[in-house]
Amino acid sequence: MSISVLNPGLQSTIQDLGRHGYQKYGVIVSGAMDVYAMRIANIAVGNDENEGVLEITMIGPSLELEKGALISITGGNISPTINGKKFPMGRPVYLKEDCVLNFGACIAGCRSYLAIAGGFAVPEVMESKSTYLRAQFGGFNGRPLKKGDILNIGTKSVAAIKIIEKLQEITQKGEFAAPSWYIGDSTVENINSTIIRVFKDRQFDNISDESINKFFNSEFNVDNKSDRMGYRLCGEKIELKERLEMISEEVSVGTIQIPPDGNPIILLADRQTTGGYPKIAHVVSVDIQKIVQLKPNSKIKFKQITLKEAERLYFEREKYIDELKKAIRLTIL
Amino acid sequence: MDMEKSKFKAKISQISETAALVEFGREISEDINKKVRTFCTYLDDKPFYGMVEYVPAFTSVSVIYNPLDMKSESPYEVVKVILDNIISKLDFSLEDEEHIVEIPVCYGGELGQDIEQVAKINNITVDEVIKIHSEGKYLVYMIGFAPGFPYLGGMSEKIAAPRRESPRIAIPAGSVGIAGMQTGVYPIETPGGWQLIGKTPLKLFDLKRNSKSLLKAGDIVKFYPISYEEYVQLKEEE
Repeated sequence: MSISVLNPGLQSTIQDLGRHGYQKYGVIVSGAMDVYAMRIANIAVGNDENEGVLEITMIGPSLELEKGALISITGGNISPTINGKKFPMGRPVYLKEDCVLNFGACIAGCRSYLAIAGGFAVPEVMESKSTYLRAQFGGFNGRPLKKGDILNIGTKSVAAIKIIEKLQEITQKGEFAAPSWYIGDSTVENINSTIIRVFKDRQFDNISDESINKFFNSEFNVDNKSDRMGYRLCGEKIELKERLEMISEEVSVGTIQIPPDGNPIILLADRQTTGGYPKIAHVVSVDIQKIVQLKPNSKIKFKQITLKEAERLYFEREKYIDELKKAIRLTIL
Repeated sequence: MDMEKSKFKAKISQISETAALVEFGREISEDINKKVRTFCTYLDDKPFYGMVEYVPAFTSVSVIYNPLDMKSESPYEVVKVILDNIISKLDFSLEDEEHIVEIPVCYGGELGQDIEQVAKINNITVDEVIKIHSEGKYLVYMIGFAPGFPYLGGMSEKIAAPRRESPRIAIPAGSVGIAGMQTGVYPIETPGGWQLIGKTPLKLFDLKRNSKSLLKAGDIVKFYPISYEEYVQLKEEE
């Protein structure tokens, strides 16, 4: 089975949970920007959570899919259609005929994830299918999709075959079958009021009191230079109490750096392995998905919580995903 | 000896839901960096259950773990005990074997367009820049920024030069440059503001190679000058 790329869209890349274990060689983690949406997409079609998915950004591709494919789309709503009909997001969709998948306007969020049962059959580079654009490796030949590409699909899991059997029982008219249930994503649905929760990072105490006040009490704008490496914000300038001699040290997803111009940068999937700018705060892991779905010129506000609270939210999220998996298993058995 | 190592204490702190930071000091020094490497070598040999990876820097190491694997409501507390335990039994006084990596460089000309600028800034000749740069022994403090990019210590201040005022959009892979008191080699094509003094035919990062990164933290780098013809020949062999 394969997918033909009729039109590549703005930047469609294959991503999984990231390339772990090679940061000591300067190899960045990469991976899906919205890890939550990406995991849900895989779970919906019976894939391993770490299977490569297609990350679609702002302007979606046009793809030709073969009869028999089981797919799902999660994350940002970029108006997906299948053979001209509205595509039902957040659930497994079984194609009874060959179909063409298209995207339209960004209705909510800006990054969508397409998972296909069996996954994309691309070679793993350092145990990962993620595309590392700058170093040009991983994913599909180390680059975003191009017109005319043919993506081969792997072998479906037992769970995927069971989902298909279940969907074949649904006698819907038309070229695809989908269940009536779906996995909602409240963060994408309520993206207009974006409060980002953060905890203090290592140079918090080196930031001037006035700037700390501004950081938590003013709105920041997402700059259009934001990308997979990081989201650049503009608004009030953040200043240090005094000049700080920094030695390059660790940074991770969610680190908020303050470069000399005072405009905060939130580091994301394609961040460097280490950084030398002061770090004011760190976005809690469950709120990363809110940031990566923001389009340029969106507004955000920061709210401080404790690292302990962030840890609790992390566990809550994992428990939710675990329950989701169990519920889907019950539905298909 | 045992007294000596038991006196050493690293600072361990939680930095996110999934990572702990181990700090061995606060300044760039060979001694502190050696502690970083001793600790990392241990983690390479004996990663603990639930460890995802570690990221070494000049003076610290962040250790990333899977909180769910710690089977505790306070996963960091579990990790802290593990890390404390590891550090208490490490012998930081051991001398590691010196591993020298020699890197051929074709200096100046088209491959090192800023070498005259570097000479001018320091009031010396181009030949002197080459001599000083290739006589040095450089310690790889860490690999970061890009795949296989070494942060090197030990450059002579006689060839120091500030970054270019406007960065180049694309610096080709293999370029050898100077920025302030640092020298380095670009492993992949990236934008950058370093003063370029030459180019090596070697690949600092190669997916086809078993070790992928030519260099690792703790290596000693020595540069040696080659002619343009030798550069072309070595480039073909690579």
